[in-house]
Amino acid sequence: MKKIFRYFKSMALLELLRGMKLTFSHMFKPKFTIRFPEERTPVSNRFRGVHALRRYPNGEERCIACKLCEAVCPALAITIESELRDDGTRRTTKYEIDLFKCIYCGFCEESCPVDSIVETNFHQYHMENASERIITKEQLLAMGDRMEEQISKDRRKDAAYR
Amino acid sequence: MSEIQTYSMNFGPQHPAAHGVLRLVLEMDGETIVHADPHIGLLHRGTEKLAESKPYNQSIGYMDRLDYVSMMCNEHAYVLAIEELLGLEIPLRAKYIRTMFDEITRIMNHLMWVGTHGLDLGAMTLFLYAFRERELLIDCYEAVSGSRMHATYYRPGGVYRDLPEQMAKFKQTKWTKGKDLTRLNEWRQGSLLDYLEAFTDDFLDRVDDYETLLTDNRIWKQRTVGIGVVSPERALQLGFTGPMLRGSGIAWDLRKKQPYAAYDKVKFSVPVGKTGDCYDRYLVRIEEMRQSNSIIQQCVKWLRANPGHVNSPDHKVTAPPRELMKDDMEAMIHHFKLFSEGYCIPAGETYAAIEHPKGEFGCYLVSDGANKPFRVHLRAPGFAHLAAMQEMVEGHMLADVVAVIGTQDIVFGEIDR
Ligand code: SF4
Ligand code: SF4
Repeated sequence: MKKIFRYFKSMALLELLRGMKLTFSHMFKPKFTIRFPEERTPVSNRFRGVHALRRYPNGEERCIACKLCEAVCPALAITIESELRDDGTRRTTKYEIDLFKCIYCGFCEESCPVDSIVETNFHQYHMENASERIITKEQLLAMGDRMEEQISKDRRKDAAYR
Repeated sequence: MSEIQTYSMNFGPQHPAAHGVLRLVLEMDGETIVHADPHIGLLHRGTEKLAESKPYNQSIGYMDRLDYVSMMCNEHAYVLAIEELLGLEIPLRAKYIRTMFDEITRIMNHLMWVGTHGLDLGAMTLFLYAFRERELLIDCYEAVSGSRMHATYYRPGGVYRDLPEQMAKFKQTKWTKGKDLTRLNEWRQGSLLDYLEAFTDDFLDRVDDYETLLTDNRIWKQRTVGIGVVSPERALQLGFTGPMLRGSGIAWDLRKKQPYAAYDKVKFSVPVGKTGDCYDRYLVRIEEMRQSNSIIQQCVKWLRANPGHVNSPDHKVTAPPRELMKDDMEAMIHHFKLFSEGYCIPAGETYAAIEHPKGEFGCYLVSDGANKPFRVHLRAPGFAHLAAMQEMVEGHMLADVVAVIGTQDIVFGEIDR
């Protein structure tokens, strides 16, 4: 008897129909996807994207060339050279990050004592030549100028956790 | 008529079902496998050697990249080994956070597994459904660590930062507004814990959906039942761990046998299979997702009730709070010391193992008293599993190789290291 019952059950394709019912029901559910370039998924305020160098509100660059970020970088992606400026402060003359080497671990931002190097939440960038992977101090500072508002907003939100 | 000879065939390393860069040299007799010879090494990055040249903390990020499907679990083994050598006690809250994220990782890994395994065997829809849920968990990764996959979240002495009080939300656009926007942001109103609670309440139904699509499906059963059978004795001899071993009916789980983190404080059960074929291993993993779900719920409950520190107060190993670092000389010194030289670990050796989603993932760490490890060896579960490939596929058909690769849950990042 059981065997016959099983036979009929199998002939009726019950489990396949149940599966199809499930997939079909998704026709009437709201979409999970979004329209990408126009719409974006939410980005956390801790996001570690491309780097930027920040300035103080008076326009002076923050970096004091302590080279802590260079020392802590696991991928050896950061190269710094520094010298004494005329006003007696030490500043970098060269600050380069190799974006191909970088593993976006966030250690540089964590280590910087003056919150100079940061990882912004900007993550949709590309380069057309391999040589463009090395971003220079000017590019980094420009990035910082452009995104300062977002950067400081994200940092403020997270200040209690740091 | 002359005798038909066996012939050899290359499977991979560019085959979509080869899960990365597996290269199998198959000796075939018609469509039957006579011999299978896995070749490895195409993703070798020398992580173990690399770790020898860096202060301890700097290698955490590289551990994520071993098994790039279950990132935080890899970190956990490495960080545990360091803590064991240092004799460092970590706050209970950090332990619970680690437990929670280990389980989130387990669900993520199993979702990826069930998706790709299904896809390999012809169940396309499941892949889309599984990745939908996986995306929600990846958002948790991003919320705590700032990275969607390679988190670098666990640190010796605790975790990177405490769980955030708010989640990032979808923004209003031309297409998404009003009711749609409310629906998208429904779970994201509160803290990460609220988000996780909403997720776990919903997730069991999702697992039922996966089961509706697969468990009774005749095609699925034809492809998995009786394929790649491993007897319990043989599984032990081959050094199987994790779901591969449990699928053969041996209830071995490091979370139970030698509890680490907060696993001795949460309740869960260890599912085991009976026959040790692909189908049983599938059932075991599905049930593990349910168990992980319940562990996450318990952790969320505890974490809600017990706020506190997530890092050890020993600032020789953990970074001092930023505020303190800017005002206090000693904290400043600790900060500079930690991020330049790191810390020295007393000479000695240890082996720390955790129950990784794929099996026992271990880290054998030797220190000679310097700020860099003298030797790091990583025990990858997939390595032992892949070694059994020949045994599991012999006598099966070519299409079953794909089922066996899938059931072994091969990820090349950890096998080649
Ligand atoms: S994110 Fe990590 S790898 Fe990249 S530059 Fe900073 S420290 Fe180096
Ligand atoms: S960016 Fe920060 S850590 Fe790096 S050299 Fe400048 S001040 Fe030092």
